[in-house]
Amino acid sequence: MTVQPEALKSSGQNSKMRSKKVDSPWRSAFRRLLKNKFAITAFIVLIFMFLFSFVGPYFSPYKDAKISVRDQYKPPSAEHWLGTDQLGRDVVLRLMEAGQISLLVGLAATGIIVLIGVTVGLLAGFYGGWIDTILMRFADIMYAIPTLPLLITFGAILSDLKFPPDQRIYLIMFVIGVISWMGLSRLVRSQILSLKEQEFMLATEALGLSDRRKIFSHLLPNVVPIIIVSGTLGVAGAILLESSLSFLGLGVIPPTPSWGQMLSSANNMIDFAKRPWLWIPPGVAILITVVSINVIGDGLRDALDPKMKR
Amino acid sequence: MSQKALVEFKDLHTEFYTEAGVVKAVSGVSFQIRPGETVCVVGESGSGKSVTALSLMRLLANNAKIVKGEIIFDGRDVLKLKPHEMRRLRGNEIGMIFQEPMTSLNPVLTVGEQIMEPIIEHRMFSKREARKYAIELIEMVGIPRAHEIVDAYPHELSGGMRQRIMIAIALSCEPKLIIADEPTTALDVTIQAQILDLLRKLKSEKNVALMLITHDLGVVAEMADYVVVMYGGRVVEEGKVMEVFKNPRHPYTEGLLKAKPIIGERKERLYTIPGQVPSPLNLPLYCHFADRCPYVMPVCKEQYPDTFIDADGHKVACWLHAEGARA
Repeated sequence: MTVQPEALKSSGQNSKMRSKKVDSPWRSAFRRLLKNKFAITAFIVLIFMFLFSFVGPYFSPYKDAKISVRDQYKPPSAEHWLGTDQLGRDVVLRLMEAGQISLLVGLAATGIIVLIGVTVGLLAGFYGGWIDTILMRFADIMYAIPTLPLLITFGAILSDLKFPPDQRIYLIMFVIGVISWMGLSRLVRSQILSLKEQEFMLATEALGLSDRRKIFSHLLPNVVPIIIVSGTLGVAGAILLESSLSFLGLGVIPPTPSWGQMLSSANNMIDFAKRPWLWIPPGVAILITVVSINVIGDGLRDALDPKMKR
Repeated sequence: MSQKALVEFKDLHTEFYTEAGVVKAVSGVSFQIRPGETVCVVGESGSGKSVTALSLMRLLANNAKIVKGEIIFDGRDVLKLKPHEMRRLRGNEIGMIFQEPMTSLNPVLTVGEQIMEPIIEHRMFSKREARKYAIELIEMVGIPRAHEIVDAYPHELSGGMRQRIMIAIALSCEPKLIIADEPTTALDVTIQAQILDLLRKLKSEKNVALMLITHDLGVVAEMADYVVVMYGGRVVEEGKVMEVFKNPRHPYTEGLLKAKPIIGERKERLYTIPGQVPSPLNLPLYCHFADRCPYVMPVCKEQYPDTFIDADGHKVACWLHAEGARA
């Protein structure tokens, strides 16, 4: 009886290897995530938002940005499910196109946040000394700059320079990224500082490994959980920030749509009171997206928490 | 005896600068390790044995400084090497095995990746060659199913297996010297014996020298060719293992041997050396052991003893062995 499992192990080497993979820290985290019903629901909702924004327009009977003043301000009907806006554009299609921009801005800005934040955090934590001092004081300075005045000035300058509206979103992504990386860099740095004291880092030192190898193959994989969690939450933050900016007319400007920019119609008393179909849908879209991203982020945090490991 | 030394510590002084003051962790340690030889460094906690090894690797904490002395490794003064030369030495010519196999492996990398790293780094192997070699190494350290273990994560392995992996990593670049800092302390007794057997077998196959740091005289008896006994940051006695065990010359070594349990002999209480290890903060200028020594003489509290060598090369730092001391 005792021989049998042994024989199984040696005979089915391939299947054994596959079952081994399941035990990698990533796989077990993934399994834990699958058990979290909230996170999975949120994930499905988020995927729906992506599909709605990116695939939805192909199913819309209306053409992109087609203006027809005759159809201005139509309330929801069978023809226009969510009515039309001041230029007679279908709000559903507008919402899809705006979603593309908002989600892209969120993802791209997060990409920049992760790139800068992780690089700064890794270098500051690993090298310490004056490199640490310079980088972290720089982060402090960035923290000290008031975001809104900076962005208002920035938006005003762009408008003054007559910057083409369709390219403005790239700048917005970049600027949001550049002003929001500090939190992540501090988080990564503090993790690196505690990892550096671990015995396995002394072991890498004793093996004469290069700094590059120590940073990229030993430290980085250990901070990936934090990066994933805080990156996920960062997407929500970036979408919100873009919405606020666009709402204030400082971010994405017409004709390029974004959820925040669509919301700005609520600025107008008549639209706010009489035409709720203009501002409720983008508001709900932002709400759903941000909430589901945050729920996913929390789920990931629980799944990746090393303390939860068996 | 005439063979050239692989490692030679010459009057090494290492100090730690702490808030409470300067700690002289190692003061004036000199001994040699010849190629292929096993040298055990014995002493209790705080005697400076680990610091001596870390000084050789230059892996001391930031507040530590080697203030005096030389460490010659294979004809080069290690303390004068530039950082990149030092990096070539570590892992490549000197392998190191740590005490805690549980924490010395990175939890997020497979053991295969961790064995491959130094080979790729120092030997410029391609990834595929390195992987093949890693599997061979895992087999060599006596772990079955090496093809599967190579993709396992450290948390899937037992302490003994992890320590075997550490040995595989230490041996991967075929170093000339392996430093093992209490490699069996964290393991249970049966595993300890296996690990020691493995070390001994691999050592003779690969003809590497082994610097084994331990406080366990059983380990010393089993493994060592040569013993260095440290106390209070200094070498108090050194000699061939048989010599030291049969004929301990320093009262401290004598005490250590007496304190060792003997199988088959039941005693009410094991012998203990009276008194305590002196605080490393302000060690006396005279013999550090004088306050606990049963044979203490007036001279012992005046001056640190010179080192006396007998005909067999058995060295001892104790006034008892000065010309005509023991009347």
